[in-house]
Amino acid sequence: MTDAASHGYLVEFASAEGLLEAVRYMRTAGYTRLEAYTPFPVEGLADALGPPRNRVPLLMLLGGLLGGVGTLAMEYYADVIAYPLDIGGRPNASWPAFIPPALEMTVLFAALFGVVGMLWANGLPRLYHPLFNVDRFAAASRDGFFLLVRADDPQYDAVRVTHDLAGLAPGWAGEVPP
Amino acid sequence: MNAVVRPPVLCGQHSVASVTDQVSRIVLDRPTGRVWLLAFALAFAFTGLLAVGIGCLLIEGVGIWGLDIPVAWAFAIADYVWWIAIGMAGTFISAALYLTRQDWRTSLNRYAEAMTVFAVSVSGIFPILHLGRPWFFYWLAPYPSRMGVWPQWRSSLVWDFFAILAYLIVSIVYFYVGLIPDLASLRDRAVTRGKQVFYGLLALGWRGEARHWQRFETLSLLLAGLAVPLVFSVHSMVALDFSEAILPGWHESIFPPFFVAGALFSGFAMVLVLGIPLRHWFGLEDFITERHLTNMAKMMLAAGLFVDYSYVWEIFSAFYGMDRYDVTMTVNRFVGAYAWVFWTTIFCNVLTIQLLWSPRVRRNHLALFGISVVVLIGMWFERFLLIVSSLYRDFLPARWGMFYPTFWDLAFLAGSIGLFFLLFLLFVRLLPMLSMFELRKLVHKLGGQHG
Repeated sequence: MTDAASHGYLVEFASAEGLLEAVRYMRTAGYTRLEAYTPFPVEGLADALGPPRNRVPLLMLLGGLLGGVGTLAMEYYADVIAYPLDIGGRPNASWPAFIPPALEMTVLFAALFGVVGMLWANGLPRLYHPLFNVDRFAAASRDGFFLLVRADDPQYDAVRVTHDLAGLAPGWAGEVPP
Repeated sequence: MNAVVRPPVLCGQHSVASVTDQVSRIVLDRPTGRVWLLAFALAFAFTGLLAVGIGCLLIEGVGIWGLDIPVAWAFAIADYVWWIAIGMAGTFISAALYLTRQDWRTSLNRYAEAMTVFAVSVSGIFPILHLGRPWFFYWLAPYPSRMGVWPQWRSSLVWDFFAILAYLIVSIVYFYVGLIPDLASLRDRAVTRGKQVFYGLLALGWRGEARHWQRFETLSLLLAGLAVPLVFSVHSMVALDFSEAILPGWHESIFPPFFVAGALFSGFAMVLVLGIPLRHWFGLEDFITERHLTNMAKMMLAAGLFVDYSYVWEIFSAFYGMDRYDVTMTVNRFVGAYAWVFWTTIFCNVLTIQLLWSPRVRRNHLALFGISVVVLIGMWFERFLLIVSSLYRDFLPARWGMFYPTFWDLAFLAGSIGLFFLLFLLFVRLLPMLSMFELRKLVHKLGGQHG
């Protein structure tokens, strides 16, 4: 039932609570390809849209481990294998002295993995998107709360969406060109 | 309800739309203005002085500074410690207050983070130039070089290189990620093509989808959790540059926490020095309220008292330890050639801040601004004293010698201040100085009276 002539149907709501209610209602009505756009993070909205998939914490853990263990390994290689230097008879593998750079690199790698992971999972950077063709959508970064029913939703039909949402006090509504 | 009546974190009647409009208008519509141009011209001139100084230094070497044996570290290292310390408070405000869910953080975090990025960038110039042959600075990095040489991992100077590198990158990334939703707001508000493209490219196509927000918030929380230990570790490394040496006055185990407290102290002072004029010139009284200024003043006082405690402890431990060199060095600080620096430090960092106990002083913006400037001056002198007073009297009297700054010592200090303000002024013109999406969230949370 994919409608190639449209990206989806966009509906504006007056408040975060109104949007959240609409998302819950549409989910129970059987829609699966829903997206919600808000000017600030709204608690519970992502969960209401469907099972969340958030791998940012896992990626940051992996990044931190890579940075920390990798730095320790490099220090061991440098001081014990590649370039051993006897300084006051201290052991070449001076673990306590190896910790400070390893700690800093743990934080650095975790942060970088997290940022790249967040952007990657969100499909950013994406400078073109069909929604940007809708003038009204500029309000999504100011005070507009939008619900998008994507055209690839099996139940998608602009008339039916309008009908299903009629009871939820929607504001502006319109089709999004592809 | 809370028994103590506090000034609100947000004044006036604001909606999610009005906070966005007011903050974005400063960047998009507000004419540049004479004050800004004047400040910019001044900052630009001082940056030029710094550039000329760097040019001379590359040609002549570090000898253009007043460095010699025994005082081989002086202004440049004091400048470095001073700047990187100022940066610490920005991250601390942003991250620690986020983790502790302080809603008054919202109006401060953006410009405090910008302050961090610029202060750390400026600070990084000094240790590199101080290397003597700055063009070989990359020798600090571990890479399989043809020389077969690796960095000395037991050296605190190598730790410091890693600490600054990690801190600079993490603070830039932290600042930028927090900006993305606001850049999207500016992209959507901009009317001219140039601004739309500029902010559009920087916003990376952010649309504010609920699942995007969820990942964004997870990342913000985890970055804040990483940033707090990072702040403490980075400034502890700076302290270890000194305490790993065996000089009396440097070789002290209290240095890492002492340095961290000093960093937060001077950083809070800089946040006030920047915040009070910003609030006044850009009409941000609704967002940076009495509550923010009072809270910053209290935090500055708290950090200052910790610094004062460390001063007392340093003196006490010298006499308690009965090491003759340590005792001599300490007495020399009170009455020696640099006693005036010591007493200036005491006046600025111990006496002046006691005024902050008074609520009347905390409510007086001019006084608050003045005290903050005095604290910044005091913290610079403290670092200078700490470095020079241990160096100028070496263990052998035959090696004693004074440090006298040259014109270029002063030029680098003034120039670095110029560069910092140049960057900050550009930030104020080009980027939103308050976090719009967090203000929207705050307005939403406060609901009723602001809805």
